[in-house]
Amino acid sequence: MLFALLVDISYAIMGAGIGAGLAAIGAGIGIGRIGGSAMEAMARQPESANKLQGSMLIIAALVEVIALFAIVICFLISIREA
Amino acid sequence: MSAFSHYLKPLFTVALAFLLVSVPAFAQEHEASSHGEELNVGDVIMNHVKDDHVWHFWDGHYGTLYLPVIVYSSERGLEIFSSRNLFDDHHNYVPYKGYRKEGSRIVHESGASVVDLSITKNVAMLFLNAALMLFVFLTVAGRYKKNPAKAPSGLQSFMEPVILFVRDEIVKPNIGPKYEKYLPYMLTLFFFILFGNLLGLLPGAANLTGNIAVTLTLAFFTFLITNFSGNRNYWSHIFWTPGVPLPLRIIILPVELIGVFTKPFALLIRLFAAITAGHIVILSLLCLAFVFRAYWVGGVASAFVVLISLIEILVAGIQAYVFTLFSSLYIGMAIEEHDHH
Repeated sequence: MLFALLVDISYAIMGAGIGAGLAAIGAGIGIGRIGGSAMEAMARQPESANKLQGSMLIIAALVEVIALFAIVICFLISIREA
Repeated sequence: MSAFSHYLKPLFTVALAFLLVSVPAFAQEHEASSHGEELNVGDVIMNHVKDDHVWHFWDGHYGTLYLPVIVYSSERGLEIFSSRNLFDDHHNYVPYKGYRKEGSRIVHESGASVVDLSITKNVAMLFLNAALMLFVFLTVAGRYKKNPAKAPSGLQSFMEPVILFVRDEIVKPNIGPKYEKYLPYMLTLFFFILFGNLLGLLPGAANLTGNIAVTLTLAFFTFLITNFSGNRNYWSHIFWTPGVPLPLRIIILPVELIGVFTKPFALLIRLFAAITAGHIVILSLLCLAFVFRAYWVGGVASAFVVLISLIEILVAGIQAYVFTLFSSLYIGMAIEEHDHH
């Protein structure tokens, strides 16, 4: 019965959907933390706001790419037809 | 009255942005919905993102650019023909001179192995990118050469801050005193990726920097330059890490060797994933309107697509910056001379 479950493509597509959601959570947590520390640092020292903003955007791009990687894989699974 | 005219310019910009991103949606979708069948979103998206032997701009007789197919096999030699021969009038694949298109490959019916050197969509896009870069930089360089004392104007004044940014913020601090040797490569890398990313966002454009072969080549160049400029310190740190007890050195050796390969690999995957995923997100949102077949979905989806396209422009710049930054970091680490403890 379990094997029949595995072979059924609809469970794979559901897994892909769940995976995409988890990727979004991961990206949200990661970028949220970056933004949070950047905000805190900018509040402590307003003169360094520009430098911090630049680094923040770059690191956010790096974290986002990993989440996008998971999105691409979930997409590839969801367009498979068994 | 003055309040309205104050908002006129941003309103116009937003409306223009809306129109720019609505163009790609007109294309393929007509074909499926006119037949009354379900639109295969996966196919549409994969066709936009993957490479192909034809460049499809819009549905219609003149909307497809049939690019030349160049195949080489040891039995039949080099054969060049238009890819129009591989299709019949209903866009099905037909064999031509024994060559048949199977998905994105070209196979010969006799089973001979063919080397596909065709000008595909991404190759044509690469030529376009190269032509654009040549035009921009030859113009700028020519202006500087002709009149070095004159203040920059026009295209020069647009490019100069960016070039100086790459030199002063990316290359000089990371590579150190010998940066001038690597500056041409870094500038080419940065602008190739930047122009490639931005060109890919235009309607009807091919996904150039999201092609894993293109990013593989760029990462391979960085790999070659890093390892050929590596000096004694660099290699000794990899093979025989100083200041570490002997058993640990044996363990560190394979780890460092793998690290030599994973660093460019990360560069390649990062750029590919960022750009391809960006395109997939934009295309998925556009296809939403055709899946639901409702006008209001189209409106909301278009608003989202405008927002995400703006983010994608930012991502285009950031990915170019990150690729160049990490390349210069790796080269800087390879050529740095420091006094040992």
